[in-house]
Amino acid sequence: MSQAFRVPGRGRVDSARTVSFTFDGRRFQGLAGDTLASALLANGHHLMGRSFKYHRPRGAVSAGSDEPNALVAVGSGPALQTPNLRATQVELYEGLAAVSQNRFPCLQFDFGAVNTLAAPLLPAGFYYKTFMWPRGFWDKVYEPVIRRAAGLGVAPTAPDPDHYAFQYAHCDVLVAGAGPAGLAAALAAGRSGARVILADETAEAGGSLLSDRTSRIDGRPAALWVADILAELAALPNVRVLTRCTAFNYGPHNMVALNQRLTEHLADPAPGMPRERLWQVRAKEVVLAAGALERPLVFEGNDRPGVMLASAARTYLNRYGVACGKRAVIVTADDSAYRVALDLHDAGVTVTAIADLRPAPDSALVRAAQGAGLTVLPGTTIQRAHGSTRVHSVELARLLPDGSVGRGQRWRTDLVLMSGGYTPSVHLFSQSRGKLVFDEELGVYVPGEPADRTRSSGACRGVYRLADVLADGAAAGAAAAAAAGLAAVQAPSWSVDVADEPGRGGYVGALPRRGKGLLAMAFVDFQNDVTAKDVKLAVREGFQSIEHIKRYTTTGMATDQGKMSNVNALGIAADALGRPVEKVGLTTFRPPFTPVTFGAFASHARGDLFDPDRRTPIDSWARAHGAVFEDVSLWRRARYFPRGSEDMEAAVRRECLAVRGGVGIFDASTLGKIEIVGPDAATFMNRMYVNAWTKLGVGKCRYGLMCRENGFVYDDGVVGRIAQDRFHVTTTTGGAPGVLAMMEDYLQTEWPELDVWLTSTTEEWAVIALQGPKAREVLAPLVDGLDISAGALPHMSLAEGTIGGVPMRLFRVSFTGELGFEINVPARHGRAVWEAIWDAGQAAGITPYGTETMHVLRAEKGYIIVGQETDGTATPDDAGCGWAVSKAKADFVGKRSLALPAMQAPDRKQLVGLLTEAPWEVLEEGAQLVARPDEAIPMRTLGHVSSSYFSATLGRSIALAMVAGGRAREGETLYVPMEGRTIAVTVTKPVFYDVEGARLNV
Amino acid sequence: MLLIRCPYCGDRAEIEFANGGEAHIARPADPMTQTDEEWAQYLYMRDNPKGLIAERWRHAHGCNRFFNALRDTRTDRFVTTYEMGQPRPEIDAAAAAEAAR
Repeated sequence: MSQAFRVPGRGRVDSARTVSFTFDGRRFQGLAGDTLASALLANGHHLMGRSFKYHRPRGAVSAGSDEPNALVAVGSGPALQTPNLRATQVELYEGLAAVSQNRFPCLQFDFGAVNTLAAPLLPAGFYYKTFMWPRGFWDKVYEPVIRRAAGLGVAPTAPDPDHYAFQYAHCDVLVAGAGPAGLAAALAAGRSGARVILADETAEAGGSLLSDRTSRIDGRPAALWVADILAELAALPNVRVLTRCTAFNYGPHNMVALNQRLTEHLADPAPGMPRERLWQVRAKEVVLAAGALERPLVFEGNDRPGVMLASAARTYLNRYGVACGKRAVIVTADDSAYRVALDLHDAGVTVTAIADLRPAPDSALVRAAQGAGLTVLPGTTIQRAHGSTRVHSVELARLLPDGSVGRGQRWRTDLVLMSGGYTPSVHLFSQSRGKLVFDEELGVYVPGEPADRTRSSGACRGVYRLADVLADGAAAGAAAAAAAGLAAVQAPSWSVDVADEPGRGGYVGALPRRGKGLLAMAFVDFQNDVTAKDVKLAVREGFQSIEHIKRYTTTGMATDQGKMSNVNALGIAADALGRPVEKVGLTTFRPPFTPVTFGAFASHARGDLFDPDRRTPIDSWARAHGAVFEDVSLWRRARYFPRGSEDMEAAVRRECLAVRGGVGIFDASTLGKIEIVGPDAATFMNRMYVNAWTKLGVGKCRYGLMCRENGFVYDDGVVGRIAQDRFHVTTTTGGAPGVLAMMEDYLQTEWPELDVWLTSTTEEWAVIALQGPKAREVLAPLVDGLDISAGALPHMSLAEGTIGGVPMRLFRVSFTGELGFEINVPARHGRAVWEAIWDAGQAAGITPYGTETMHVLRAEKGYIIVGQETDGTATPDDAGCGWAVSKAKADFVGKRSLALPAMQAPDRKQLVGLLTEAPWEVLEEGAQLVARPDEAIPMRTLGHVSSSYFSATLGRSIALAMVAGGRAREGETLYVPMEGRTIAVTVTKPVFYDVEGARLNV
Repeated sequence: MLLIRCPYCGDRAEIEFANGGEAHIARPADPMTQTDEEWAQYLYMRDNPKGLIAERWRHAHGCNRFFNALRDTRTDRFVTTYEMGQPRPEIDAAAAAEAAR
């Protein structure tokens, strides 16, 4: 029979719209407006999952985001199945497919349940105690087995095809929670004109009022009041109401993250709709209206399917029109459960007994229940719930005046409702670093002094009476708007005619029981399977701090962040420690409030949008000519240009020989470029670089080397003097932002008196390097009459001119050791000029080359790459560039540090060359060097290989290395220990080709 | 995410800024006259207070200007930000207590 537990005429579901869905492959029917949990319960189906450790059968215990048990996977396929969703929050849609988790072979019968029998062997800290030895077993045996047995859902295995949106927002007042307090706060703030965002995690605003058939506000049923308020809020243009939107993280300075689920509830979402949206809201003021959560009671079998929170049963009945059973036993320490009893009684559910832990409950509600003929048992506790996949009976027993428990009596039931009172939901307040204070009267922690501009209102600060909640919310909303700078307006007020007074009772800790209960399974943390015994054991074993007890037992550490369990665990620990609860303290509440998908966090930052992709003006040409690319910082650079079936090695050999024997063309646009201009430009350069700049003539270039103040090489690059007051500085590709930042630092903070301007021009110029003995003959006809002969434009000089009419700064420089030019043209002309040179070079056999060839060519010449030869501990002298350091200057950045004794030590690592015996043997970069091959381990390493290539020009391998006292070791044999063998190398000068530089000066 | 007031641009999110370490450490006018100990002190020794720290920030993804800030290291609360070259402002007890809260 379908939906046998549906109560006609009750709930906010649409009884005219039946929705079909499957759970573990079985077809069910629910109604539009149901959650997965309410629809299953409407079909009398309580069993929804298996527990984490003991694989106990579990059903929904709550009706909201605090649900620890009913975790399911929704959706199908390797990409689309989302694990660990709370069935109490999954909205039903036509065709929804959900499966249970953590069971084998099936939910009804699960082999893992054998763990329950082994429970006495699985106490708190079991893993720590048991899997210590043998040590090697952890990786290969223990951990894989434990991981397979424990753990809940299975992560999707294929890439997520959905997309996720992201939004920054600013507002005057952010209200978290749209229950009575939140609605009142939003309206009060909204009426003042404040920009308000009201967010609620559920599908429908209204909170507890949607489950409330009793209270009347201004003479009308509470749900109608909700509709009125929502209508007014909708009409206010300054108010935005977000449902299905969870405030999950309260960051510093009132930055609150919201996760809005946009399509999860739809059977057939419009194509292109983002699945979720992550909001980062910067709020001037925050009003927390998160409500309160009912506490479960801790007794043996309190996790049996059919044992639920009383408030949950009320929500299922009044909001979803579902009776959770036919015969209910209620165990309570608070009046609110009596209202649940009356609502159930009205709906035709038999309420067998109300066991009240209090000795003499007496209030209008208690009397109303008695008046309705319900059996009220004062001073009565529950000993145990019996059943396996569904509770079938309970044992109730008298609490005797001496504190002991009397003889039990068995009651037949299929629904056990528990109410241990209410715990204010202080998660967000705690995340905002606000201090919690213990409320003696309520026996719970409530928000104290806030640390940020935030206000708690309503049940989340222990205010429970509806009239007080509305007034509290309205006052908080009005005060928040005023604090955000808006003119104060009268806070709205409402009269509450009929209402209950919940939350005045409550119970903290484990219920008293008869006998020792050595085998009792009374759960504190349902999701992590932590029992009362585990918490007591932790205390017995010496744990005193609640933070340590939490970690040892894992209570409160599951994805529900202890929403239900924290206070009870605290009570049990306090009892075991013999200290009052408020002296034991509370653990930290960590974000997220409820789990958030990785997709929401990644949002657009995936694939091509993960990082900015910097491309040069010549990138498209390189792509068209088959270049293979590599990433260099954020730049995409052509690495080599294979021809036909060439691999990288073959392509690089060909490219190297082409440059040495003819002419090569290389895209150097990624070089960092900074224009340094002003009357004090030369002075500034003198202070920033180790080199001397005063005497560098206009039209000349110089290799510039920059240290940090600690004397270590930071960056290098060729600098050209364009005019007396203007330098064209180049930096390494990756170093440009850091160099400019460092220059700005000194200019702004140390030498603000210097009249100098720094401008990043990296992306203004396309740079085309034309290198090789035939470079001049290719370039000369193109430069509109500019004389680029050796006499007019010698090595390390520059000229301004035009190339095919395009303005150009032409540098005669070389990073290859060959005759070379670097042609700087405005970026927008880069590709056209490149193609003009390409066409002109065809007769000379012009060859495009990439970064890999560039690396080999410069290594043959012993030119360093900052960051490859140097590592932040190399001085200019270490890197073989001591010649660049000016001796004459009184000061430059790093000069004083270079004078420290340690910087002169003869055994510093110095740049050298290495040659292997076998010419084909290419060393591995990063390999270590030692003095003797037979040295005992650990060997003393003398240095490491920093660059290593096969040189086609030389027909053999070459390497650069940083070696302790390296220059004095020239001619020595050192050894490179590799796996299974040792390679002997000879230390040489770091220049392998054209040592005297004859090829440059032509 | 912290909200930081650039003295030139106003309140901006933390991701626009780069922290530049402790403020009010002037580079010696003539480093070569410093002893090794003095120079090491200047180079490496920094306060690590539990409480108010004067530190440099750069509005890296904004105006790119350096400025100084007073921040409480316990709470990340900024008391004030001020332009380079200004002396460290005197803070009254009430403002310091507010920052520590």
